[in-house]
Amino acid sequence: MIAYLLRRTAFLVVSLLLAAVVLFLLLRLLPGDPANSLLSVGATPDQIAAARHQIGTDRPLPEQFVSWVGRLATLDLGESFVSTLPVGPEIAARLVVTVPLTLLSFVLAVVVAVPVGFVAAHKANTWYGSVLSGVSQLGIAVPVFWVGMLLITVFSISLRVMPAGGFPPDDWADPAKALTSLTLPVVTIALVMSASLIRYVRSATLDVLGSDHLRTSRALGSSFARAMWRHGLRNAVVPVISILGIELASTFLGAVVVESVFALPGLGGMLVKGLAQHDYPVIQGILFVSTLVVLVIGFAADLVQRLIDPRLRHSLARDVR
Amino acid sequence: MSAEQALIGAPDEQEAQAAPRHVSRSVTLTIGCVLVGVIVLVAVVSLFWVPFAPEDTSGRRLMPPGLPHLLGTDKLGRDLLTQLMIGARIALAAGAGSVVLGGVIGVAAGLAAGFATRWLDDVVSALLDILIAFPTLLLAMLVAATRAASLTSAIVAIGLAMSAIVARLTRVLVKRVLAHDFITAARTSGTSWPRVVLEHVLPNIWPTVSVNLALQFGLAVLAEASLSYLGLGAPPPNASWGRMLQEAQASVFIAPVGVIAPGVLIVVLVIGVNLVADGFRDVADPTRRRRR
Repeated sequence: MIAYLLRRTAFLVVSLLLAAVVLFLLLRLLPGDPANSLLSVGATPDQIAAARHQIGTDRPLPEQFVSWVGRLATLDLGESFVSTLPVGPEIAARLVVTVPLTLLSFVLAVVVAVPVGFVAAHKANTWYGSVLSGVSQLGIAVPVFWVGMLLITVFSISLRVMPAGGFPPDDWADPAKALTSLTLPVVTIALVMSASLIRYVRSATLDVLGSDHLRTSRALGSSFARAMWRHGLRNAVVPVISILGIELASTFLGAVVVESVFALPGLGGMLVKGLAQHDYPVIQGILFVSTLVVLVIGFAADLVQRLIDPRLRHSLARDVR
Repeated sequence: MSAEQALIGAPDEQEAQAAPRHVSRSVTLTIGCVLVGVIVLVAVVSLFWVPFAPEDTSGRRLMPPGLPHLLGTDKLGRDLLTQLMIGARIALAAGAGSVVLGGVIGVAAGLAAGFATRWLDDVVSALLDILIAFPTLLLAMLVAATRAASLTSAIVAIGLAMSAIVARLTRVLVKRVLAHDFITAARTSGTSWPRVVLEHVLPNIWPTVSVNLALQFGLAVLAEASLSYLGLGAPPPNASWGRMLQEAQASVFIAPVGVIAPGVLIVVLVIGVNLVADGFRDVADPTRRRRR
């Protein structure tokens, strides 16, 4: 286990470094001069050169890269080209919205999807089992921003019970107010996310329900609940955890669109603005932090799987990932 | 099930994606074909005939459904039905374009990675993992925002993001096929590697890859709609369903059709494609046919 932990950690670090390289190169390969966002129309060549010098894009690429990675190592994400404010604290401020939004949606989706997925599998041959599967099929085909629009229409415009968007300027000073502004976005993400989760929970449950050990346990006289608890759950939960990891990561990143529907001042809004202004440090910083979050979630999901499933722990297979 | 298998969908998981068991497979395929067929038909018709010119703003603004504007008009007085029909074309182009681009790059890269050994394989798969860590939409936003917003940008962006997913799937499948004895047999009997790929590897991975590409088609349609909604897709007068939704959002009470119709069409197309993928899975994969 310790050897695995070390290897997996090494993989995490290498992945992060690779991500830094890919991010850096990808951004430089794309057209557009960030100096433009500092200048007004009709700037002289001298002014352009000065602007480039000011933000450091006139230096050779390897030098820019080394200085970026060097500062990354000290958790310094650099300063925005446009506002010249440090990127790190700005990201941290935005996470105050994005992280609760992600986690609340995730928890709600899991709370809905696990029982529904279980019932859909357990009652697969009944009409409501089929209806549940059908509804989840529908859920994965719906654009998430459309769900948000429909919810705003019903709850904000028609019934006037929820705010249509925005977030209190003093963040979480008044938790009730902050939670109210997050309610509709959370429901939006959770609805779409639970649809795909239901399908995975259903398949994992179907898998377990058809397994020999569950049947044997039942034949030996255990009640269904007891057999499921002792022999079913642990088996069903392992594949679901890797999916949960992926879903959590994609919710975090997918919040961009939903934040835009509900005008939430999260990471998404910052990214959209940074992209429009070619603000490399901002884009780099956000994408780097996002990648870090995604990789760490994957890391955690792998570890939890190993803890739950002894077969993975003792497997001789070399698969690190 | 590893994260990789989770992405591909283990056999039992594919079971769950499919329609309920007592619904016959051919019914799934038929419904899917009908749904996709309707959208394709609308798109084809729109090439030859639309009720009004797309840039024709002569109608009154935000008219309710009726004559001559069957579904009413948008906030600029443009005919909604016309826009929806052209939107079908854009949605299909976005899906097809991304799938072709993502499929070609992804399968080629996946094949190369599948044949790579030890450290090279480690590097390639780590790279793919990282690329996948950026979800399609973020990568697409990056590309679409630095180039001028256009349908091509959107397709390139979605296709590139998709290619990482396809490559990872292909890599795993290739590794699995290469482990079989019939590959060793083919090699020892003197078959060259290119022929092994053409005759043994590709036919074996194709059923799974093509079904995955079909599912990716649906995801690409959704991604294009999201990009257009954020203003990073096809610019006017090209009516993308995503942008129509964004434009209609403010006037949902005066003209609800503008908010409902494009969304419904997106759902119809994506569900249709998913159903076709589910149905096609059983037709395409001989091992699944036998199991039944």
